[in-house]
Amino acid sequence: MRKQRAIDIVNQSLPRRYRSERRFKWYGIAAIAASIAFLSLLFISIFANGYSAFWQTYIQLEVHFDPEIIEQDSLATANYQGLVKKTLRDMFPEAKSRRDKRQLYSMVSGGATFQLRDAALTDPKIIGETLSIWVPADDDVDMLVKGHIERNVPEGERRLNDQQLKWLDALAAQGKLEKRFNTVFFSVGDSREPELAGIWGAVMGSFFTLVVTLLLSFPIGVAAAVYLEEFAPKNRWTDLIEININNLAAVPSIVFGLLGLAVFLNFFNLPRSAPVVGGLVLTLMTLPTIIIASRSALQSVPPSIREAALGVGASKMQMVAHHVLPLALPGMLTGTIIGMARALGETAPLLMIGMVAFIVDIPGGFTDPSTALPVQVYLWADSPERAFVERTSAAIMVLLAFLITMNAAAIILRKKFERRW
Amino acid sequence: MPATTLLFVLLLLSLVGYYFGRRRAFVVAGSPSQVKELHSRPTYYGALTALWCGIPALLIFGFWLAFEDTIITQLVVAQFPEELHKLSAAKLNLIVNNIRNLVSGNITSGEIDATMQAAADHYRQLQTISSAALSVIAVAIAIGGILLVRGRIKASLRARNQVESIIKYVLIACSTIAIFTTIGIVLSVLYEAIRFFQIIPITEFLFGLEWSPQMAIRADQVGSSGAFGAIPVFMGTLLISAIAMVVAVPIGLMSAIYLSEYANRSFRSLAKPLIEILAGIPTVVYGFFAALTVAPFIRETGSMLGMDVSSESALAAGLVMGIMIIPFVSSLSDDFINAVPQSLRDGAYSLGATQSETIRKVIIPAALPGIIGGILLAVSRAIGETMIVVMAAGLSANLTVNPLKTVTTVTVQIVTLLVGDQEFDSPKTLAAFALGLLLFIVTLILNVIALYVVRKYREQYE
Repeated sequence: MRKQRAIDIVNQSLPRRYRSERRFKWYGIAAIAASIAFLSLLFISIFANGYSAFWQTYIQLEVHFDPEIIEQDSLATANYQGLVKKTLRDMFPEAKSRRDKRQLYSMVSGGATFQLRDAALTDPKIIGETLSIWVPADDDVDMLVKGHIERNVPEGERRLNDQQLKWLDALAAQGKLEKRFNTVFFSVGDSREPELAGIWGAVMGSFFTLVVTLLLSFPIGVAAAVYLEEFAPKNRWTDLIEININNLAAVPSIVFGLLGLAVFLNFFNLPRSAPVVGGLVLTLMTLPTIIIASRSALQSVPPSIREAALGVGASKMQMVAHHVLPLALPGMLTGTIIGMARALGETAPLLMIGMVAFIVDIPGGFTDPSTALPVQVYLWADSPERAFVERTSAAIMVLLAFLITMNAAAIILRKKFERRW
Repeated sequence: MPATTLLFVLLLLSLVGYYFGRRRAFVVAGSPSQVKELHSRPTYYGALTALWCGIPALLIFGFWLAFEDTIITQLVVAQFPEELHKLSAAKLNLIVNNIRNLVSGNITSGEIDATMQAAADHYRQLQTISSAALSVIAVAIAIGGILLVRGRIKASLRARNQVESIIKYVLIACSTIAIFTTIGIVLSVLYEAIRFFQIIPITEFLFGLEWSPQMAIRADQVGSSGAFGAIPVFMGTLLISAIAMVVAVPIGLMSAIYLSEYANRSFRSLAKPLIEILAGIPTVVYGFFAALTVAPFIRETGSMLGMDVSSESALAAGLVMGIMIIPFVSSLSDDFINAVPQSLRDGAYSLGATQSETIRKVIIPAALPGIIGGILLAVSRAIGETMIVVMAAGLSANLTVNPLKTVTTVTVQIVTLLVGDQEFDSPKTLAAFALGLLLFIVTLILNVIALYVVRKYREQYE
């Protein structure tokens, strides 16, 4: 047998090696495809679950503001619930038994009562007249209209019985059942009734929390970065600060919540569930991010700028304030916006300091009890009603919209002001 | 006056101080042509006045607000009738809370008797006094600061140097906040954890095999004895983190390799941001996704294959957590792969290696320390992740490695123990701080190792 030359061995192994080369490349493509697939699956599942929450089913009622039920002198406390019930009985006189009546009443949201009261209070002249008013339907009706409750399953497995379906069909035939844009969702606070629950309270809570976070973390973060980058001598003390900052950036967020609970709530007796405490905790959490981003922005300013400023006689502080800071500011702002976006999406530390309560009122200040948008998502995700699933998804869509806007702003800022030296 | 108004007044006074100081500097200088005779530019005299006006007053303001409540409570408690002082600390605490609720107009628990009403009135009165005193003192200090500096303004006053040194001290103070945060975390968590270990021995906590933190309310109650062995909780955390890493490391690493070695510019600039979006999505969204979409999917797939899958399986939580961590692994690995010098690649190619052989035999070994550092950071992130596991993993602490069963994690237990009503002397609440301490220590160790490795590696090729 002829002795094999090295080149033959290489040539023999080439097909195998090329196959493994192609395989390896395909692994890479598969990995990227998998991550992008996960991302789209996440978005699609949220969107598919949530888009319908932006519409809400309304039922038209012909309400006769009966002066016998509503007396002029006690408009605020009159029996509006009775009025709603009477209207429904008039619309469907066939509901005679107690059970039927109860089911009839349950088709209209409890919010109808308040809507009628508000109507009577704003314009007392309507008493004695008959008005057609659109009131929100109950969440079960809403789910049925949107197709989230199956019609075809046996009666016992449905949340609405056959009689209620018949009434709904009658309403729909008369044009008294309509899907409208869900303004309630964007204008009120939390509620136990899905059709009356909104995110505005949580949005305001998040807003106040973020204002506190921004007002504290931006100046402090920039100041710390300026000191460490421009003034600090290289010694053990600054090394310690640096190690601390890097570690804090990787400490789990829930630990900051524990700190907030032990220090701000139990030691300083600050109010529970208040945006100001949430802001303080999130400040401590985002500070490392902002400091690190600001330091790299300062590092990217070339030393020639500093030397030129010092050369014409500026003091060190003047050099920083007049020349280095303005040049580094876009980078610092970008880092701050990204830090704020992280703070906006953060939930765990807020759970620790009690921003997880059921709060109906819309917070009006920094010490009012409130929740935050991600916490609202968490609260609704725990609720058993089917209608809260779509509202949770819708709240997530709003949250993601805010985050995308903030990140887009950061990217635009970076693109616009980025300077290559 | 209310705190916010006072804050505004103080800021306004600082502004006034700036104006006065600056004008004084012009006056001292005399004619406009003599302004250059001043040691510093006039704005520095203004700034010096503003700083002396604002900083002391704001410091007083901050300290006052921080300790006002504690001191008032102490004073009110001191005024309590004799028989109340004989009550236990917990009862006393309850009464104080009720009084606070009464003061702020909230609903109180239990009925209100005359002594409590009196105490609440006393409290309210002290609050009014304190608020008024704070306003007077803060404003007086602010105005005093203005007058003091204004009187000292001369042409030879080194205003710029003074302003700059004050600002420098402010900068130093800001940079030490990181240290105080760490100290605060350690102290607050340690303090409560030590109280916990006084009730439950530390060995039982670290090595006990049973975790059921619900304490019996009555002594004769059956069950819920309260067992605080944290091993099942750790195992659950490890299991879920391990599943997450099994998902995240291969996908993250391979996509980093593809993006940095194979992909062309346009594909890279498209795919990289897309993957990084995964890092920007709030964890509560992942939790909802896991609970609503992934967990039912896994359960149904399991039941089709004839397996009994829990609806809160570790697999669902771990899988989704893995998705969350992909971008961390991929962007860190990307950095380190890019940091490998081109000469190493060229050397391998010139020996006839294919691209994948170069990557596997040369680049990955060269970048390995950095990649391991990145993976350690990702592990620390997985261990500390809260919302995904709170929403998708279970509460019951099972000692199992079966990913289809329900397990619980450290963070889930912290959240369940601390959300809602707390009593700060029961081991149930304190256990959360003990778990928090452990979480902090474990992640700290991981981070320190990871940061050390990463830093060491970065230096290697620079």
